[in-house]
Amino acid sequence: MLKEITLGQYFPGKSFLHKMDPRMKIILLTFYIVFIFLTKNYVSLVIMSVSVLGVLFLSKVSPRLYFKSVKAIIFIVIFTSALNLFYGTGEPLWQWKFLKITESGINTAIFIAVRIISLVLISSVLTYTTSPTDLTDGIERLLKPLSVFHIQVHEIAMMMTIALRFIPTLLEETDKIMNAQKARGADFESGNFMNRIKALIPILVPLFVSAFRRAFDLAMAMESRCYHGGEGRTRMKVLKYTKYDYIALAVLTVIFVGVIICNLYLPATLRSGM
Amino acid sequence: MAFIEVENVVFSYEAEAEETESNQSKTVLKNLSLSVEKGEFVALLGHNGSGKSTLAKMFNGILQPEKGAVKVCGMNTADEEKLLDIRKKVGLVLQNPDNQLVASIVEEDVAFGPENLGIEPKEIRRRVDEALKAVDMYEYRRHAPHKLSGGQKQRVAIAGIIAMEPDCIVLDEPTAMLDPQGRKEVMDTIVKLNKEKQITIILITHYMDEAALADRLIVLDGGKILADGTPKEVFSHVELLKSHSLDVPQSTELAYKLKSAGLKIDGTPLNVEECVEAIDKVLKKK
Repeated sequence: MLKEITLGQYFPGKSFLHKMDPRMKIILLTFYIVFIFLTKNYVSLVIMSVSVLGVLFLSKVSPRLYFKSVKAIIFIVIFTSALNLFYGTGEPLWQWKFLKITESGINTAIFIAVRIISLVLISSVLTYTTSPTDLTDGIERLLKPLSVFHIQVHEIAMMMTIALRFIPTLLEETDKIMNAQKARGADFESGNFMNRIKALIPILVPLFVSAFRRAFDLAMAMESRCYHGGEGRTRMKVLKYTKYDYIALAVLTVIFVGVIICNLYLPATLRSGM
Repeated sequence: MAFIEVENVVFSYEAEAEETESNQSKTVLKNLSLSVEKGEFVALLGHNGSGKSTLAKMFNGILQPEKGAVKVCGMNTADEEKLLDIRKKVGLVLQNPDNQLVASIVEEDVAFGPENLGIEPKEIRRRVDEALKAVDMYEYRRHAPHKLSGGQKQRVAIAGIIAMEPDCIVLDEPTAMLDPQGRKEVMDTIVKLNKEKQITIILITHYMDEAALADRLIVLDGGKILADGTPKEVFSHVELLKSHSLDVPQSTELAYKLKSAGLKIDGTPLNVEECVEAIDKVLKKK
């Protein structure tokens, strides 16, 4: 049951996207998200969503996995779209008591749905094609300038690395503890909500005790390996922007400029601010 | 001057950790002195509470002695400024391989130590590859640690230490959590490192068969040194070890029992081959 959790799942590969620098991927993803929400008419929306599909294709990751990540949020998509459907202004096309559907409502609903789905897809591309260590490494280097404001960038990145490293270990441990408690007659599946919550206590207590023991050991092991914070630390992998990053940057810049032009010269389908 | 010198070390734990102690006293190390030379393969043997794990953590300054001193190449572990230099020379491998690995990819974990030392990226790459080859884990370099077996994980942990190119590796019961296959892998690696790379090994263990592989065997009991010598010398004192509820390797015990039953067996066999040879000799005489 716990095996299904796929946090930060990474699928090794040799695609264009796998070869990109994590920093560039994070930067472009950020812009992508901003531009998805800047689309004001169908032309720019189509440009963005088609380019998302193009990126998915380039990642060479099985479409089934993308489908899975969309499935996880489909309820949210339907819910927010439905809400927006009845929230439009203008001439009602269809009305039943206080519920009315207008043209602007339909437009908003479509925009919301496409935007959320694109957002989830493009974000999964990042985690699917970037190893967790590369990701934290990229974040560390991108946030480096923040250390001017005394933000402990290295420490944050180290915490993320260790957390990612221990997720599978602790999941496995949770499974073991659950089985051990089941063997002693613990019941996790029946009873009302409160009973089920209470049944988790005999799992959480040993899990926490063991996590602290592991933390103690890890600290000792890290000290033994001369860890003394980020100062004077070098990295084996040196991140370097390559032709892949420049090509991606160039292509996406063209797309982004296209979206801006569409927004400026074509009539807006959505009211501004949506 | 010896490579590692332990001089009159006294150490005691807080009372709460004390309940597991067999001798009911707070002190785990009582005025203990020993020295280890470069290139030696030393096994530290003792049962639970004999102070062997405590001693292991003193060799690189994780724990500080209450009285006395631990010196590595003349550097005192109590000297904060020397700690990094000491840890560069003396690496420590712990019992649970899961808790020692920092990164989610094998080669990145091995790189952790050299990265902390501020070494050039190219040199780190070279050291990581070499260390992984030394423990026979090179083909697993891109794997996630949690998908490896216990023995493989422990070998990655050892590679992480080797990549720092230390003079000495202290291993605190590295095989205690492993299955027989994993134990063999790890022990083969340790012996190989000592013989081929001349790395000083201090192996803390409670397996007699592992201890028999060492050049020198130190038996700890109740925070004191009970015996110190080659495995053959130490294991020849079967009575002494038994009286401190310690065992000898099975082959040694068999030979000892045969000897006390009246058979004339020469020496102290430490493994099956030696034992077979000794018994064979006796049988041929008849």
